[in-house]
Amino acid sequence: MRLALFTPCYIDQLHPHVAIAALRVLEKLGLAVEVPFGAACCGQPPANAGFERAAEPALAAFVETFAGYDAVVVLSGSCAMHVRTHAASLGVRGASVAERTKEFCGFLHDEVGIERVAALNASLPRRVAVHIGCHGLRGLGLASPSELNVPRFDKVRSLLETVRGLTFAELARPDECCGFGGSFAVGEPAVSTRMGQDRLGDYLGGHAEAVVSTDVSCLMHLGGLARRGDVRLPMLHVAEVLASSEP
Amino acid sequence: MTAPSRALPVLEHITDAPRRDHTPIDHASAAKTFNENPDRVGWHDAAVWFVREKRDAAVAAVPEWEALRELASSIKEHTLSRLDEYLVEFERNAVANGAHVHWARDAEEHNRIVHEILVARGAVRLVKSKSMLTEECGLNPYLGARGIEVVDTDLGERIVQLREEHPSHIVMPAIHLTKEEIGETFATHLGTEAGNSDPLVLVGAARLHLRERFLRAEAALTGVNFALAETGGIVVCTNEGNADLGAALAPIHIASVGIEKMIPGAAELAVFVRLLGRSGTGQRVTVYTSHVHRPRAGQELHIVLVDNGRSAQLGRADFWRSLKCIRCGACMNTCPVYRRSGGHSYGSTVPGPIGSVLTPGIDLVKYAALPFASTLCGSCTAVCPVKIDLDAQLYRWRQIVTEKGYAGRAKSVAAHAGAKALVHPRIMSVLGSVVRAALRILPSPVARMLAGAWGKTRDLPIAPKESFASWYRANRGGAPTKGAPR
Repeated sequence: MRLALFTPCYIDQLHPHVAIAALRVLEKLGLAVEVPFGAACCGQPPANAGFERAAEPALAAFVETFAGYDAVVVLSGSCAMHVRTHAASLGVRGASVAERTKEFCGFLHDEVGIERVAALNASLPRRVAVHIGCHGLRGLGLASPSELNVPRFDKVRSLLETVRGLTFAELARPDECCGFGGSFAVGEPAVSTRMGQDRLGDYLGGHAEAVVSTDVSCLMHLGGLARRGDVRLPMLHVAEVLASSEP
Repeated sequence: MTAPSRALPVLEHITDAPRRDHTPIDHASAAKTFNENPDRVGWHDAAVWFVREKRDAAVAAVPEWEALRELASSIKEHTLSRLDEYLVEFERNAVANGAHVHWARDAEEHNRIVHEILVARGAVRLVKSKSMLTEECGLNPYLGARGIEVVDTDLGERIVQLREEHPSHIVMPAIHLTKEEIGETFATHLGTEAGNSDPLVLVGAARLHLRERFLRAEAALTGVNFALAETGGIVVCTNEGNADLGAALAPIHIASVGIEKMIPGAAELAVFVRLLGRSGTGQRVTVYTSHVHRPRAGQELHIVLVDNGRSAQLGRADFWRSLKCIRCGACMNTCPVYRRSGGHSYGSTVPGPIGSVLTPGIDLVKYAALPFASTLCGSCTAVCPVKIDLDAQLYRWRQIVTEKGYAGRAKSVAAHAGAKALVHPRIMSVLGSVVRAALRILPSPVARMLAGAWGKTRDLPIAPKESFASWYRANRGGAPTKGAPR
């Protein structure tokens, strides 16, 4: 299987440790993973801001870069959902890439399997609050959203349950949006800020010692608010947790 | 006609100007103002979220919930796909039942029809049950300016009417108010003891006040939740029984119906009745589900079928599904933005996610900001009992707003420049190293200032020395692979 890893631009530039952790996890699982740098972005941020047409060349570059792979692992639920929802508009090639584009946690859960992930022997003795980005949650089905009356499942929690010493903070609103929302964070700063602060309050109420998310974009927002408010909550991507071996 | 015994709410002071005004709604500014009182945001969020939790509990008790949603969605899509036929069938059956059926192209025509019905019969006192359609049409100020006393009889609507406000929620019109504020309003308008905000006292005062208005009303106007084509009947759902009281006492009953309220018949109604109460308030069913088929002896029944932009929306491939809405308000209760910005921040009759997909179709210039008053979290779509793809429609409206140039020039230039850079990994890499260097070198207050709306409340990321791409080059050897076409 030809496997590619796609790192969104903000992870590449501002959070390289997340990409490094993801790469190490995939390598440790025995997967031959390639990192093509032909696409810097899938075009999701401008498209969600209403500039879908201007963002199309970025999506096209993504499709071209990853057309030759059997699976593209994306380190973001939002980016993965964007490609999966919109790449088909670029034709057969786009549709085929869309189908093979997977968000990191979904890929590990569905394609690699919990048993192999458990064999990573990750260890992190902390109580964590889990934040699944909304697009990963409701758009890609990483967990059963609280609105639906369906059998409960949570792929992200299943992955994290393999981590030794890790426990979960129980939250009052486990799947409320953090308020990042891309351009929303700057277009509607008052509501965005309040939404994030309310999430932080819920995490502290659940005695969380860290926040673990599928999306670094949510974490940039939550982490920025936490540090401004002197709230000491490390913000971790799931990949970092699976790569960790803290005794 | 004798003069009203108590001073009327000063309806003539409310003009219909705000609703005719095309000035763009600035949701972000209104939300900022709402957030200047953090305590109010906190209890508003908690009060509305409480209703979402009641909804969840009610939904959990119905194992076939998801199948019901699917069924309801299919029934609505079917009905909308042949709305013309169902409307004509409804009219034929309603007329056979003895009702008068009127057709209104728009808000003006609706208001004129209602006014003419009242004038022709010398009626000057109208009681009204909850009707978001008449809010949308601006009926109260229209009739008020023509000497008709309009009394909203839904408790929440009466409260906002006395305060000369608009409803902030379609199911809970006064959810933005505390009981203390309502106590003040009642002390001023209904003569309750100043400073008394005991809900029992306030409700008792409202009951007495409204009973008096019901008894002397010369006409009653009700909204309509469902119109049954098969029988020509209408169904009104309330918790206060105010629609029944109005319609049962007054010699004239006027029912205003948006044309999208049509369903085939009683069998289909059963599906929606199960969904509406649970989605709206977490009740298994609304306290009153009243069926009206014909006028009682000596009464006149008028049904006004209103288009007001609905057939235009029906013709829009990306948005016609918004007409499936049964006005339960669940998307407002679940929306994290609505709960923290308040219903008035939307500047529209229907606020929240459904309002933000309906209003741009009515006035794109005025409501251009609303599709952006969302994080696209998708909770509205998941909670919707008729499966309207709200987040996808918000996304589509955003594309239209920017194409028409209503997003603001600066935003547009920035987005286009940004989108160009995104295509080129090398440009992005140069930009990235500039940003990382700036974050490391600049004193944090300066960096925050440059980061504008982001940096006001959030610290900036701690910049790493190198990007992932350069780490990869150094640690995994050679140039990163370019990606190969299949």
